[in-house]
Amino acid sequence: MGVSTSTTVSVRALLFASYAEVVGRGIVTLTLTAPATVRSALQQLRGLPGGLRLPERPLVAVNRAHASLDTPLSANDEIAILPPLSGG
Amino acid sequence: MAYLTSAPLDLGRLVARVTAPARGGIACFLGTVRDHHGGRAVRSLEYSAYEPMAEAECARIVAEASTRWQAEVAVEHRLGHLRIGEAAVAIAAAAPHRDAAFAACRYVIEEIKRRVPIWKRELYADGTEAWVDPTRSAGSPEGRADRTVPHAAPGDAEWGV
Repeated sequence: MGVSTSTTVSVRALLFASYAEVVGRGIVTLTLTAPATVRSALQQLRGLPGGLRLPERPLVAVNRAHASLDTPLSANDEIAILPPLSGG
Repeated sequence: MAYLTSAPLDLGRLVARVTAPARGGIACFLGTVRDHHGGRAVRSLEYSAYEPMAEAECARIVAEASTRWQAEVAVEHRLGHLRIGEAAVAIAAAAPHRDAAFAACRYVIEEIKRRVPIWKRELYADGTEAWVDPTRSAGSPEGRADRTVPHAAPGDAEWGV
């Protein structure tokens, strides 16, 4: 169980590749006001030093599946901000 | 089943994994490291991934291809440092007949490129390096970075059987 109350939601945000470089780290713990969405998490990430270099509408994932900015977040969710994919 | 590996890929091993008496067609794809990109000489590549999601997404793609074409698919994507000519991705898709095998193989590589969180860093001959951003490559449609990546539903793809 986390320490979140009914009014805040704590989530873990992961940043990769070029996005980890612009923010200077790959993992950020966020405390968001409920009800939280990926959009509110991204807003907080863009407030970090270097965060404005993250796009306003990046690819995102929640709990290891593709998601959208409107996807709701629950306590202890893992969100990921994904730079343009270049596998294959 | 692990889809990501830091070891050199062996297509023959993937073919062996999907070979079966009822499957009369096996289509293969091997993606290799090119020595140039956007007019620049490339010396080598570095692949990294959001590994747990990449594994899960590969599993979903393989399951979709399997359901849609009754195909047995084996796929591996390499991570880490790769030299020119080395294989970055290997796919073997087996089905009762060749049309389904080709379609399944094509589906898997296109969906990997579209959905699996893997990133490529290019190391150039001149000593510089950069993350590859396919949304900024010449000829790519603008604004692709803004899109979300919905899960493919059967019938979505432009190719098919």
